[in-house]
Amino acid sequence: MSLWESPRLLLDPPRIDRILRRMAHEILEKNQGPSGLYLVGILKGGEPLAEKLAQLIEDFEGTHPPVGALDVTLYRDDLSGREGLPLLRQSHLPLPIDGKKIVLVDDVLFTGRTVRAAMDFLVDFGRPSRIMLAVLVDRGHRELPIRADFVGKNLPTSHEEKVLVDLSEGAENVTVVRPLSGEDHA
Amino acid sequence: MPERSLPSSPPSIGPHLLSLSGMTKEKITSILDAAETFLDVGHQTVKKVPVLRGKTLVNLFYESSTRTRSSFEIAAKRLSADVINVTPSQSSVTKGESLSDTVRTIEALGADGIVIRHASSGAAAFVAERVNCHVVNGGDGCHEHPTQALLDLFTIRKKKGRIDGLSVAIVGDILHSRVARSNILALSAMGARIRLVAPPTLLPRGIEGWPVTIHHRLDRGIEGCDVVMALRLQLERASGGYIPSLSEYASLYGLSARVLERHAPEAVVLHPGPVNRGVEISGEEGFLNEVAILDQVEFGVSVRMAVLYLLMGGRPEEAALLSMPARGEGS
Repeated sequence: MSLWESPRLLLDPPRIDRILRRMAHEILEKNQGPSGLYLVGILKGGEPLAEKLAQLIEDFEGTHPPVGALDVTLYRDDLSGREGLPLLRQSHLPLPIDGKKIVLVDDVLFTGRTVRAAMDFLVDFGRPSRIMLAVLVDRGHRELPIRADFVGKNLPTSHEEKVLVDLSEGAENVTVVRPLSGEDHA
Repeated sequence: MPERSLPSSPPSIGPHLLSLSGMTKEKITSILDAAETFLDVGHQTVKKVPVLRGKTLVNLFYESSTRTRSSFEIAAKRLSADVINVTPSQSSVTKGESLSDTVRTIEALGADGIVIRHASSGAAAFVAERVNCHVVNGGDGCHEHPTQALLDLFTIRKKKGRIDGLSVAIVGDILHSRVARSNILALSAMGARIRLVAPPTLLPRGIEGWPVTIHHRLDRGIEGCDVVMALRLQLERASGGYIPSLSEYASLYGLSARVLERHAPEAVVLHPGPVNRGVEISGEEGFLNEVAILDQVEFGVSVRMAVLYLLMGGRPEEAALLSMPARGEGS
């Protein structure tokens, strides 16, 4: 059941770097500059991405947008259906989000349920003027009517495959693994 | 999500919270860590998270209580649970219904959890054996008051940054105090050094075997300690012959700004409330503000949210499958 083929490298560090630069430009273009922007990473994959995007925005425009992080565990729709409770992480939003242009950041967009939870969380915090979504990888298989505004890489996958994102400094990579015995539906 | 390796689960604290006896440092820490997250919910615009949506918590309080009952009620409501308060004076208990019939009725009404406070030690464990829902001990006789001790620990951790290695003096009526009992269990599990400060008449028998040091003088008892926990003195103890008089008790064991300044200037002062002004804590207005009582009340809500979440947040059937709850050694 848990036998996997060896991981297939999809994005290497230079490629990820180019993608993030493009996404930062797209975010700036769509919002006509950095004013009012507020990046919020979804824990824990989205947080380092939000930091990187904020740093790039500072490189391009000279201002560093505020960066927050959300742990959406308490807003998940599958809490009472799973075994064992997940460990809670600390969310932090350094500034009020009212009237801000929020860019939610996550590493992989899959079913859309995490993003739904994050949006519910945000509106409990305040009333942003708008919420956008930026993801490094969109792998399809949505279960909710949610789409990303900024996509690093569209990646058709089979449901059984796993997309692994590692953003540790200098070794950034995205790999795909598929189960050994699994049927390929891609 | 299948994408991420799921974060590891915190250790299960069991289907019920009846006692802190046998509660490990790891489990206590996981409750305090979760409470930290829930503290933030109180600062949101909408002070609610949907984790216990559709679940019902019943507060069954056979003894009067303002802060514990309302604290559990607010905690459950912030987790989006429905809360029902059953007060025996307004229920069929006055018609002679037994405790076990009352709790079975409450369970049949669809309760997912019961918080019980009762004058008899062991009442919570008694209830837990008779129902299939979660039971939280909200104080049973002279036995235990686990959530109060957990919120005291949380307050200490917030104020001092740690619990391990701190000196904690518990001052007052140890004999009748369920708060002291739960605190001694939890504090020693966390590695604190505990001193009990009380007249011999207000110390329980068999205390020699406890992991504590005993002091009969307040000044020596609190000398240089990091935390002073004052207990509420039930006013009827004077007529019960445990102390000569309230004023004598107050002069020997009452905490004041002067005593603390001289003997434990760095200490955080805790009190489970409600305070008898001028008895266990002197009535000076300025001094009462320094006591962490109001912090304790705020922290109490997040600690109870953590407990309710960890007990009731998972699958409903999980409760029945989990190992036996930590039981008190009887009382």
